[in-house]
Amino acid sequence: MRDAFVRALLREMARDERIVLVTGDLGFGVLRPVKEQFPDRLLNAGIAEQSMVGLAAGLAATGRKVVVYSIGNFPTLRPLEQIRNDCAYHGADVKIVCVGGGFVYGSLGMSHHATEDMAVLRAIPGVTCFTPGDPAETEAVVPAMFQTPGTCYLRLGRGNEPHAHEEPVPDWRFPKAIRLREGRDIALLSAGGILVELKRAAEKLAEAGVSAEVVSFPCLKPLDREAVLSLAGRFTDLITVEEHTILGGFGGAVCEVIAEAGCPCRVHRLGLKDEFSAVVGNQAYLRHLYGIDGEAIAEKAMALINEKRTDAGRNP
Amino acid sequence: MESYEARVHSAFGGRTPDAGDPRVLAWLIRRNGLEMAHLSRGSHIGSVFSVAEIIAVLYARVLRVDPAAPKMPDRDRLILSKGHAGSAVYAALAETGFFPVEELSTHYANGSRLSGHVSHKGVPGVEVSTGSLGHGLAVGAGMALGARMDSEAWRTFVVLGDGECDEGAVWETALQAAQFRLDRLIAVVDYNHMQSLDFVKNTLALEPFESKWRDFGWNALSCDGHDVNGLEKAFAWAEGNAGTGRPSVILANTVKGKGVSFMENDILWHYRTPQGEEYEAALRELEAQRP
Repeated sequence: MRDAFVRALLREMARDERIVLVTGDLGFGVLRPVKEQFPDRLLNAGIAEQSMVGLAAGLAATGRKVVVYSIGNFPTLRPLEQIRNDCAYHGADVKIVCVGGGFVYGSLGMSHHATEDMAVLRAIPGVTCFTPGDPAETEAVVPAMFQTPGTCYLRLGRGNEPHAHEEPVPDWRFPKAIRLREGRDIALLSAGGILVELKRAAEKLAEAGVSAEVVSFPCLKPLDREAVLSLAGRFTDLITVEEHTILGGFGGAVCEVIAEAGCPCRVHRLGLKDEFSAVVGNQAYLRHLYGIDGEAIAEKAMALINEKRTDAGRNP
Repeated sequence: MESYEARVHSAFGGRTPDAGDPRVLAWLIRRNGLEMAHLSRGSHIGSVFSVAEIIAVLYARVLRVDPAAPKMPDRDRLILSKGHAGSAVYAALAETGFFPVEELSTHYANGSRLSGHVSHKGVPGVEVSTGSLGHGLAVGAGMALGARMDSEAWRTFVVLGDGECDEGAVWETALQAAQFRLDRLIAVVDYNHMQSLDFVKNTLALEPFESKWRDFGWNALSCDGHDVNGLEKAFAWAEGNAGTGRPSVILANTVKGKGVSFMENDILWHYRTPQGEEYEAALRELEAQRP
């Protein structure tokens, strides 16, 4: 996703000379093409995220679109008040880009796990939150992000991750959910780079004769309410998956829509419970440990399906 | 009933005060500041009084701004980073014609545009809303950087509090502004030597303050922050630093609560609101000082 982002960014920078990139001393190598092609539009703010974001707001006030680039929690939680007061409140055209959503930097430890960012950023008024599921979705949402006025958040995964989509996602319409796979028995929903695990889960379920629908939400805020309600109308159980706490993030956003609409549909949120990811391990290890890899998602889905079958057997 | 404007201008005996004179504008800032704190039962009057001449000299002598065109593209930018002294900026804007003086009476009131900490929402002439300390210098640095990228000559002024300089983000920007050679960025510290609970030296001491800024790569100058001529010269010095490749800071030595004897250097007046006999006494002292 990181590389897809840089490709898309370079296209947008070529198209719009008002785009400026500010990095918090991170992105060695990745940002090299930006430096080569647009040396006057790349700035290293140093390891000083609060003033980096304040500076971005000031730059945006001079008619620019400012991309702030860093990793993990550094561009979000560290300068949170600058995002809220200086950017969002002023409608500043600042695009906060985080590489490393979830457990990407797993073995580096808890400080580098971005597991509350979606909940926190979506609570700030006026911040549009993009959560692409894979490189193809990343290339689709980046142009939309630059067309969206005001402050945006873009949560990316890592570099070189497997693709969930086999083809590019052309003509994506903001803020639409994207169906990867149609199903009948249960629906799996996600926001962000965990999408590939949903696809794996659906493949496992198919082997067991269960037909799972897989839907990605590349825009967390505004959430595609129609897509959620349509799923709630077609399925008795929805499983939401996020590489993030289950409190206030994607699963929470889905629950809000369903509860307010009064849908008779159960939502099962998979993600980090109210705890720190204090275990050492790589992304795959931590996804497994915290029950959000393909295997764990498929197990949860099978348990729900079996529960329904048992109920149906009891009450024919 | 007498209008708000008639009341705060009554000392001029029916003449319209000349807000283009920095001494008069500083007096009007204090007079309005007293009235606004009195009406709203709001706080921070000590900071409004300490920053009065700084704001007055900026609006009367330094800033290239036009009340008829508050969004003029090549205007100078002013950010009041110590947003709690917002009524000083509101008063200066109203008295110099950005919006009616009468509106100052709504400060703090339900449904008003004029929040306790300075707000840009719907208020002509205010660039940036502040209130949480340590934000304004970074935003100002971004504006100064944008102006330079556009080869524009307008300047960015940021007014900071001394207590505000406890914030790490101020010093992050001190590094960045020097690194990016933002020599049209001019910071002014309202150095009243007091912060919320105590004197600065008893809290987080800033001295040697001038050399701290110099060590961070800034041009630094101290002056008497209540002497309008000295302030004007300091701003001329800072403007003359364009081309040095270094941002400039003016450390304006001030007195918290300046202008009302019993408010001066008394921490109580960071929070206290003037009512009853205290309001009357403050009013008498100010009226005796009318330029």
